[in-house]
Amino acid sequence: MTSTGPGGGKARQGNPVMSALRTADNRRLAGLSAMRSRWRAIPRPVRILFGVAVAVFFYLLPNLAIPLIPTPDTNFASVLFTVAVYVLVGVGLNVVIGLAGLLDLGYIGFFAVGAYSVAIFGSPASPLATKYPWLMLIPIAIALSMVSGVILGGPTLRLRGDYLAIVTLGFGEIVRLIAVNWSITKGQIGIPSVPAPPGHWGNGDPIFGIIDTRPFYWLALTVVLICMFGVKLLESSRVGRSWLAIREDEDAAELMGVPAFKFKLWAFAIGAGLGGLSGALFASRQGFINSNSFDVLTSMLFVAAVVLGGSGNLAGVTLGAVLISYLPERFRGFADKRFLVFGLALIVIMIFRPQGLIPSRRRAVELEDRKREAAEEATANV
Amino acid sequence: MSEVDTTGEPVQGAAGGGAAARQTRPLLEVDDVVMRFGGVTALDHVSFAVNEGEILGLIGPNGAGKTTCFNVMTGVFRPTTGQVRLNGRPLVSRSRHQITRLGIARTFQNIRLFPEMTALENVLVGTDARHRTSVPGALLRLPRHRREERAGRAKAHELLDFMGIGSTANQLARNLPYGDQRRLEIARALATEPALLCLDEPAAGFNPAEKEELLELIRRIRDRGQTVLLIEHDMRLVMGVTDRIVVLEFGRKIADAVPAEVRSDPKVVAAYLGVPDDAA
Repeated sequence: MTSTGPGGGKARQGNPVMSALRTADNRRLAGLSAMRSRWRAIPRPVRILFGVAVAVFFYLLPNLAIPLIPTPDTNFASVLFTVAVYVLVGVGLNVVIGLAGLLDLGYIGFFAVGAYSVAIFGSPASPLATKYPWLMLIPIAIALSMVSGVILGGPTLRLRGDYLAIVTLGFGEIVRLIAVNWSITKGQIGIPSVPAPPGHWGNGDPIFGIIDTRPFYWLALTVVLICMFGVKLLESSRVGRSWLAIREDEDAAELMGVPAFKFKLWAFAIGAGLGGLSGALFASRQGFINSNSFDVLTSMLFVAAVVLGGSGNLAGVTLGAVLISYLPERFRGFADKRFLVFGLALIVIMIFRPQGLIPSRRRAVELEDRKREAAEEATANV
Repeated sequence: MSEVDTTGEPVQGAAGGGAAARQTRPLLEVDDVVMRFGGVTALDHVSFAVNEGEILGLIGPNGAGKTTCFNVMTGVFRPTTGQVRLNGRPLVSRSRHQITRLGIARTFQNIRLFPEMTALENVLVGTDARHRTSVPGALLRLPRHRREERAGRAKAHELLDFMGIGSTANQLARNLPYGDQRRLEIARALATEPALLCLDEPAAGFNPAEKEELLELIRRIRDRGQTVLLIEHDMRLVMGVTDRIVVLEFGRKIADAVPAEVRSDPKVVAAYLGVPDDAA
């Protein structure tokens, strides 16, 4: 990153430097795809085993004393929890932006709806408090944010590109202003004692307590893994294909029989549901929420995570979300300047890697190879 | 691209025209369609029918309204007045994907594939027009999802092979050579199982050998049971393959006859063949 500054300056005089950098980048891309094909060449059980090992590693991460990775100034497990929530946000926003190609700048709105759902219906301090257990509140939060997604999407998904971005930006602000002004959400004063997940250790301490935040991290990690799996299932189906087709050329997609509006609405609803779920987790962990947590800047940060990492690609989006949430905690001293740094990083990425750090190189090929074989078998049998 | 060959072409068209006396049930009816854009009348009371099993050519000088006609038929534009019927069912004011499901598929004058998807996936999107799996089915991997995926893939591979581009299945559409992109578009359209296939200048940019191949392919598509509506600039191509030709000029229909007649129609010759517009 440091070398790009002078490199960019020289590039103005002659293109060689710029093109050299590009070539280097292409070589890296080629390396990446070579890695991918080597990965695919590994037999499936081995790959699954590897995936399990990686998952186990992440579960154990707060217990392992790996040098340099833990955050010196903050509780590491609680940082990891935040990272997991950001990853979940990234997974959800990736459905909307990366797969369906709908630029949503107000994603924080759904995050807020989820967070406030748990707080409003769960906190004894809220006038609308219910007796529902936490496990009931989560589906309610997801359902309400999906409904808000459909309410927003219904009239606005007929808009395209920039117009949709502006409308969604407005939606995020509307939700925030409601949170600021509504007597129930109480603006800055906020809602205290948001319920946490249930459960007690043998000695009577709550599992999801304040001192040991690891259970929260494990819960969030589990949710992330399940949601990623679900999104993967959608990606490799008619739904995912339709989203991609809409992203690539909406008119052509419709003329090829894709009910574009229906699938865009689905993308919006699923994205909103995942956003709401991450908001609900966030609120449960905080125990207290007020309107400050849901500003436009955070919404931009979400979009930055998706674009930075490589929209359309789960691994990329995960990396983006991790970078954006982890780095400021790790380097606390620079946390205030993070928007400056992210802004610069985004510009640099847009110049040298417009597709993100791990670009989406269509997972297609993998499936294709397998199905091709199946199809050949089928024809051979006939 | 392909400049119109001037007059006096060899009458090799007779081969295609020979099958003219096929059944004449109208599959698609364009009924008195008017399409106005502001002050411009792109289609001016145009009526014609496409009969089942035929290859109909739609020709005319640039700006005659051919593509507009396609756009009205496929639901891209809603005509100012008039109606389009497929198998007797009115199409006007139906949404585009419904019209596709009813049985009209098309290609585009300027290729419009899904560039970041593989050739196979492009065709799969077409097969999905006949599929009904939605989010719940995909999430739960219901039997219908699995059945549709399997059938779709088999059909997609079959169509790619049919178009002679089976080996490109796993390449991104944007990386395919121009000619293969055109073929892929036809494969994608065929995947929607259309009753009527509309080809918008499929031979644009092809060399004579490739055009010859395309002719053969169009005939084979017809023999598969599809009716074909063909927009084409290349007169030789149109004459060679079509059973009947409709000629548009400035949004009006000026001729509707078998190729041999159209060729000798003075109005057509004046309007079309002599227009310098096309020689450019």
